[in-house]
Amino acid sequence: MGKKNLVSVTDFSCDEILRIMELAAQFEADPHQQVLAGKVIASLFFEPSTRTRLSFESAINHLGGRVIGFSETANTSVSKGETFHDTIMVISNYCDMIVMRHSIEGAARYASEISKVPVVNAGDGANQHPSQTLLDLYSIKKTQGTLDNIHIVMVGDLKYGRTVHSLLQALSFFNPTFTFVAPDELKMPDEYKLFLDEKGIRYTETRYIEDAIRDADIVYMTRVQRERFSDPMEYERVKNVYVLKNSMLEGTKPNMRILHPLPRVGEIDTDVDSNPKAYYFQQTENGMYTRMAIISYLLGVVK
Amino acid sequence: MAQTEGRLEVRAIENGTVIDHIPASSLFKIIRILGLEQETHCITFGTNLESKRMGTKAIIKINDRFCEQEEINRIAIVAPEASVNIIRNFKVVEKHTVTIPETIQGFVRCANPRCITNHEPVETSFRVIKAGDEIALRCKYCEKITHQEQIEIRK
Ligand SMILES: [Zn+2]
Repeated sequence: MGKKNLVSVTDFSCDEILRIMELAAQFEADPHQQVLAGKVIASLFFEPSTRTRLSFESAINHLGGRVIGFSETANTSVSKGETFHDTIMVISNYCDMIVMRHSIEGAARYASEISKVPVVNAGDGANQHPSQTLLDLYSIKKTQGTLDNIHIVMVGDLKYGRTVHSLLQALSFFNPTFTFVAPDELKMPDEYKLFLDEKGIRYTETRYIEDAIRDADIVYMTRVQRERFSDPMEYERVKNVYVLKNSMLEGTKPNMRILHPLPRVGEIDTDVDSNPKAYYFQQTENGMYTRMAIISYLLGVVK
Repeated sequence: MAQTEGRLEVRAIENGTVIDHIPASSLFKIIRILGLEQETHCITFGTNLESKRMGTKAIIKINDRFCEQEEINRIAIVAPEASVNIIRNFKVVEKHTVTIPETIQGFVRCANPRCITNHEPVETSFRVIKAGDEIALRCKYCEKITHQEQIEIRK
């Protein structure tokens, strides 16, 4: 196998996604398999993201690998004006894999073309964050027993939210049904609806959260950010409409689970946290197992 | 340039390429795409010419340069209706229409200001996709779409 990268979730086939699910379950059952012993992995956070970085680094450490890198670019050659090209060129000589995050969109794809070793995209601006998508899928698989025929309700910022777009693309392999709940300013873009039309995947759009979640298997919440609104009055009007409260969960399906890529701001009331249907904290733990699976798979260290 | 002379002027060059039916607004983009600023042969441009089919159009005649099909296809994204005639000894020896290619390499700018290609010296690369009646370009790097009216030619 040649060098395999994970820059966008569309880099993986359906079989590869299922393979990642299988491996994540194996690592969850035994998170101390030393499959990365002797491997050095560069963790390059050109843009800080403590949560994502720690999840990756913890995954690597659990499996016996070593981490080099930086968590921000102050005091690095980048701050001295070195080009991104040269930084990747040099560091790819020192390691077996690069995990990177950058605020510039397309940076990870470009790095994967320069680097001699596999590149894992840990977020490139508003573009892609494929390990988030795979951990979302793993959370769905774990809670529903399958990825097939899931009814998923996506709520909040469906226009700019990269996690919902990638999840939509990845789930398209598994005959899902979507319900999109968003204010008019943040509706699912046409290009994704066209994508679903082409694949014959069913979806409906609504502005009302309570009706939508009635027969949901998964409720995927996202942040509605003030910066997204051209009219601040509009933000004030809608911000409370897209808040999930414990009282709304009555009458929902017993298997229903609530996911959120976190951090949340106010879109899930804290009174939901103790409801067994709240799954967003377990979701972060699943992230570590999923990242173990991604790294091991790309390095070819697991059978 | 006299507007009725379009056909006569095609014959007016002895050897070279005549590109006709260019939207007037795309003339300068095509000059960039074909690198005509660096051309040393004689070139004639006409623009805002009346056209029954297009309203106004532009025409380019390049002496002693014979454009290849691949080169011609590059102008498709800004002039999908262009016709290209190759002239030898005052005669049209080849007629080409443009074909929209599957990928576009290097000469179009990505419309996304946050794209790596606008921050580092990276050659741009796009897949050509259909967006309704128009064509649009999906960037290989940032994966964002550059619509036809946003197309700008890189220096
Ligand atoms: Zn781009």
